[in-house]
Amino acid sequence: MTTRTYAGTEVSVTDDGFFTDPGQWREDMAPEIAREAGIDELTDRHWQVIKFMRHEFDEKGTGPTVRVLGKTSGIGVKELYQLFPKGPAKLAARIAGIHKPRGCI
Amino acid sequence: MIDVWGLLFVSVRDELLCAGSFRAPRLDVVKSKIVVLGGGTGGTIVANRLRRALGDDVVITVVDQDNDHVYQPGLLFVPFGTADAADLVRPRNRQLRPGIRFRAAGVDGVDVDANVVHLADGGTLDYDVLVVATGARLLPDETDGLTGPGWRERVFTFYDLPGATALAGALARFPGGRLVVNVVDLPIKCPVAPLEFCFLADWYFRERGIRDEVELTYVTPLDAAFTKPVAAATLGGLLEEKGIELVTEFNTGEVDGAGGRFVSFDEREVPFDLAVAVPLHGGAAYVDRSPGLGDALGFVPTDPRTLQSTVRPNIFAVGDAASIPTSKAGSVTHFEGEVLAGNVVRFLRGAPLDAGFDGHTNCFIESGFGKALLIDFNYETEPLPGHFPTAVGLPLLRESRFNHLGKLMFSWLYWHGLLPGRDIPGIPATMPTAGKHVPTTPQKGG
Repeated sequence: MTTRTYAGTEVSVTDDGFFTDPGQWREDMAPEIAREAGIDELTDRHWQVIKFMRHEFDEKGTGPTVRVLGKTSGIGVKELYQLFPKGPAKLAARIAGIHKPRGCI
Repeated sequence: MIDVWGLLFVSVRDELLCAGSFRAPRLDVVKSKIVVLGGGTGGTIVANRLRRALGDDVVITVVDQDNDHVYQPGLLFVPFGTADAADLVRPRNRQLRPGIRFRAAGVDGVDVDANVVHLADGGTLDYDVLVVATGARLLPDETDGLTGPGWRERVFTFYDLPGATALAGALARFPGGRLVVNVVDLPIKCPVAPLEFCFLADWYFRERGIRDEVELTYVTPLDAAFTKPVAAATLGGLLEEKGIELVTEFNTGEVDGAGGRFVSFDEREVPFDLAVAVPLHGGAAYVDRSPGLGDALGFVPTDPRTLQSTVRPNIFAVGDAASIPTSKAGSVTHFEGEVLAGNVVRFLRGAPLDAGFDGHTNCFIESGFGKALLIDFNYETEPLPGHFPTAVGLPLLRESRFNHLGKLMFSWLYWHGLLPGRDIPGIPATMPTAGKHVPTTPQKGG
């Protein structure tokens, strides 16, 4: 565990950058986390996914997988990969300030 | 047995529940009706346990679309010619205890508000308790190109009987080249089976004397060979030892059967001459057609400890059909069966449910050459080295001939011990810790 500063506020994150306390996250932190991950600008489509991740986390205690995101967020899997390259579920979770998705076993 | 006081309690509780938003079933007849959807591993175990516990006090009806119970752990061996497809199938109704009704019909949908199952043949079954045990369904059509050109010619799956049988022919004819085993995405049934397939393929081609002509590759969406760190290191090491290439974090977006390549969503490619794909899995189709019953993938949201669904109090889910953070595996289903059956009895009696399921999972992993590994874990504890179930038992996370014999013997145990719903002496439903080498640093099962 370590700390990072986003939008002037120090927050606790895991070694791979996920918030340990999603309550510390604010919307104005998201663009900085995104830039750190190589996404220069957050578009409305990015925000649709980020807000969906927050909502799912509040409801279920974990972020959705890419497949579930593709089925339920209103944005298909292909576009999710364009918006959040490499790993949409993990990257969007990081930018949304929620825990790393548990995934499946 | 449900006694008179129990029934009276249930009736009073139902009247109270009727005042709320949940319209509970009315138990104005003496016998409660339990409908079990699915006559596979979970449905059979639960029905048999409930029949033993409740006898003639309840009417138990098991519904399945056909009467063919497939021993799914055997599918792995069919492509290599070490199991015969016909030997893996037995009639579903013959696995059920006398007194359990069996209805061979598809399910059109479940009305969770009216407590009614609508069958595909137009019939209906009303229930006081519903157990969803219809497992997971293969969805190869959901991946672009997977069932297109080359399907069942150079692209196969061994996750169903026709696929495993067809693959046996393709493997026997395979002259050498690139064989790629690809897990499209999780969750899948028996997550170690694709790894076992790789290990057995290594053995198979060595036996055929053409191993040097075969490039074996394992392609997974995970960031390692397996989900749990200690097991991932062991299994990743075995892949390396056997000369099997590991490609990680590959999320398959498209299968080009004609061109012989898997393409990931992030536009990486893995070429193949022969492909073994594990398709996407989802719940039974009727779950999608039943408003309020399933999640986005067609699995039933379920309390991971009590196995009561979070959909309605009188709906329970077992095995692969349940959306809980366990492997979708027969051993899990077996261990769940004990807790679930007990909780259905408690529910009928109006007693508090037992939050006793700990996520216990136990899997043999065939590694070829007459050896296998064994892993044993639960929600909290990842697979660890040591012995199972005690310090003098089978070796854990280590290749051993005893584990291979255990896997072979498991087939007999499945039909004669697990399905009848018997407790297996020395194998508790909760995970034993006696023989495990537990690290001193905290770790999670994840």
